[in-house]
Amino acid sequence: MGDYIVLAISCIFVNNILLGQFLGNCPFLGTSKKMETAVGMAMAVVFVLVMAGVITWILNTYFLVPFGIEYLRTIGFILVIAALVQFVEMFLKKSIPALYAGLGIFLPLITTNCAVMGVCLINVNEEYTFIQALVTSFSYAVGFGLALILFAGVRERILLARVPKPLQDTSIGLVTAGMLALVFYAFKGMV
Amino acid sequence: MVEAILFMLGLGAASGAILSAASKVFYVYEDPRIAEVENCLAGANCGGCGYAGCSAAAVAVVAGEAPPSVCIVAGAESAANVAAVMGMEAGAAEPLRSYNLCRGGERADDKYQYMGINSCRALSMLYGGKRECEIGCLGMGDCVKACQFDAIALGEDGFPVIDELKCVGCGACAEACPKNILEVKKMSDKLLHFNQQDDRIAPCTQTCPAQIDIPKYIEQIRKGDYEGAVNTIRERNPLLLACGRVCPHPCEDYCRRGIEDEAVSINQLKRFVADYEMNSGKRLPISCAPDTGKKVAIVGAGPAGLSCAFFLRRLGHSVTIFEMMPKLGGMIRYGIPEYRLPKEVLQWEIDGILKLGVDAHTNVKLGRDFELGSLVAAGYDAVFMGIGAWKDYDLGVEGENLNGCYTGINFLTRFAKKQQGDAPLEEAIPIGDKCVVIGGGNTAIDCVRTLVRLGAKEVSIVYRRTRNEMPANMVEIEAAEHEGIKFHFLAAPTKVIGDENGHVKQLEYLKMELGEPDASGRRRPVPIAGSETLMDIDMLITAIGQGPDTAFVKDGKRLDDLKITKWSTIDALNPETLQTNIPYVFAAGDAYTGASLVVEAIGGGRRAARSIHLYLTGQEVTAPPKSLYKEHIPESIFESVEGITPKARTPMPELPVEERIQSFVESDLVITEEDAIYEANRCLNCCRTCYDKDVA
Repeated sequence: MGDYIVLAISCIFVNNILLGQFLGNCPFLGTSKKMETAVGMAMAVVFVLVMAGVITWILNTYFLVPFGIEYLRTIGFILVIAALVQFVEMFLKKSIPALYAGLGIFLPLITTNCAVMGVCLINVNEEYTFIQALVTSFSYAVGFGLALILFAGVRERILLARVPKPLQDTSIGLVTAGMLALVFYAFKGMV
Repeated sequence: MVEAILFMLGLGAASGAILSAASKVFYVYEDPRIAEVENCLAGANCGGCGYAGCSAAAVAVVAGEAPPSVCIVAGAESAANVAAVMGMEAGAAEPLRSYNLCRGGERADDKYQYMGINSCRALSMLYGGKRECEIGCLGMGDCVKACQFDAIALGEDGFPVIDELKCVGCGACAEACPKNILEVKKMSDKLLHFNQQDDRIAPCTQTCPAQIDIPKYIEQIRKGDYEGAVNTIRERNPLLLACGRVCPHPCEDYCRRGIEDEAVSINQLKRFVADYEMNSGKRLPISCAPDTGKKVAIVGAGPAGLSCAFFLRRLGHSVTIFEMMPKLGGMIRYGIPEYRLPKEVLQWEIDGILKLGVDAHTNVKLGRDFELGSLVAAGYDAVFMGIGAWKDYDLGVEGENLNGCYTGINFLTRFAKKQQGDAPLEEAIPIGDKCVVIGGGNTAIDCVRTLVRLGAKEVSIVYRRTRNEMPANMVEIEAAEHEGIKFHFLAAPTKVIGDENGHVKQLEYLKMELGEPDASGRRRPVPIAGSETLMDIDMLITAIGQGPDTAFVKDGKRLDDLKITKWSTIDALNPETLQTNIPYVFAAGDAYTGASLVVEAIGGGRRAARSIHLYLTGQEVTAPPKSLYKEHIPESIFESVEGITPKARTPMPELPVEERIQSFVESDLVITEEDAIYEANRCLNCCRTCYDKDVA
């Protein structure tokens, strides 16, 4: 049990997918201007990442490895994740319309998100067990959400600050992201 | 290699099979047109249209919320294809456009100085922004930055100016604005807006019963955009030619310039642009929303009915007017004499409304030729009652039915019918030599001025109060004085005396004196005992007021329940919805208010149109939220205005008295273009609290 907690902390803080590994930067900059959208995006990522992590682990363990075709990993994962998101979208629309209305906009946008793909590949490379893969996927997603929401909060505050003209908007956003990444490096020695 | 090919084929087939199975299992009914529309869009998922991706845009198109031209990437061909799918013409659906509601900008006084902050959102978070005005533009241009289409720029006055051609109505600016001064609306939403407590509106606009955006159209006149001014007026008032001539302009009483100087001559400016359109030889196009398939019957084609018909038609409903007289116009045709409002002018205006696709049946009267039940049977979804106030009040004295005695509306109507050739068989009213009209309202003045033109030698008005208490328009009273009308004030008729043939011979009246003020704020006339006086007359017209003729209620079964007030006006559940106790019947104009102003009826017609629209579209019929109804925003009413340099008000040009009393030619003339621009430049272009200090 302790191992899983360590794994989770490592995924959320130490190797944060956004600020430690620099994956998924497009939604990080794109949806962080407003808290509302940041929260929506974070929820959608948690949802998709957990599903994708699980299904790609199964694909890898029971199909790719036994047949010795690991080199098809990337293309296989893309296909599966894309189909999965489509499936989930249909499922939600029918069964949980409320959730669909909340996540609907963001779901198709993260179909081919590099953070999703990245986590799936990390799971395979690290040769995690099923439970471990589940925990990492979930934790990475939580880390993604944490960083995104923190960053959105900071950016909302930046609006009130006196920013020199050349640094306004995305520029100051990138600088802030860099500083946030430095802050997250403080977790480095923890695990 | 073989494994790889088999694996990929298998994976593809499995995914495909699962997805197709899922699409059956998780099938949710969707309008098939959504998919068709989506196919016509660019598929770029750029979000430029303001919707989250192309499928969301397609859903909006099918729901009628977005126009076929929603896709900004695919262009005109896509719009045509989408329109074909939707079975309408491209551009037929009403486009959304962004509108700026603040015209203050830089001219508003500052309260704070902020250092270095350059976004409106930040400013509004810090003590609400720098301006004294809490609802005005902050001028940092968040909307400009939010607009992806380069359609907004901050104008030189410090508020956003929208390029309507570039605007796609995506709403990004409205979302970015912390003060909500940008509003994305369809034309029909704009038509249904009523003044609100938090609106950015000048005192004149708050006062106008039709709620016309007066500073806006005056500014358009100043800039030479006369067509724009006509359109601005027409958003609130379809009868601008008529109003420009006969409106007693209550707005001018609240003109901010009027506090220190003479008020701006607002109504003459309205008449100037209205006449400009008529004399230009072409009609400005008036847009209507796509047809809704709902049918509304308008009973009575007076100003209220015409206004209601006009707005309902523009909202896409199908409208039929039923009018008891031979021609449309109601009291403004049959009550207002030719010299104040020429019939030709009125007809031009009414034709404009009919040209929108409004049907009209004349010579049909409610209760005689049809009743509410037959309208329901004919498939009308709602009925508007604008039957006016056509029944003269009786004087209630002995002898008032002698030969040579008439009542005001009856006299004016009979004469107007004769004059227009509506009733060639009816005998003309013989005009006496010594005519007396009893009453002090506009009807009385209309009667005396008509009598003068008909050649009566001596025309007098008998009124029981004094000139100051007369309810008639001041310009009308003055014009009547110039035309040689005699006024007998403080005289209350007590008896009409006839000769041996039953023809009126003398009028007996009591002299009065003014006592304490009554409920209306006017000093109550008190009779002086024993002051009976006789006056020789040979024609008498009683014009002491009028009310609606609600006799039809007894004739129609379905109307049994219609609630009528003790003043015999139609009762509405709420003065702001004008819905009667029969849910599909609405009333406005004199029929609801009792005899009142034309502009009041026009405003009421639009108000009823809003309620009818709500009713027809299945929404709850309630008063507009935060509505500013017959009241003013306290902070916008000033005691004094600083720095006003008096500039003389443009006088009204009129025909010389000798000339005008010879005929029924229009006596008030239109001001020249030069004068109109001068007068427009007197306007302070006020808003709620700020105004243009440069022209003060």
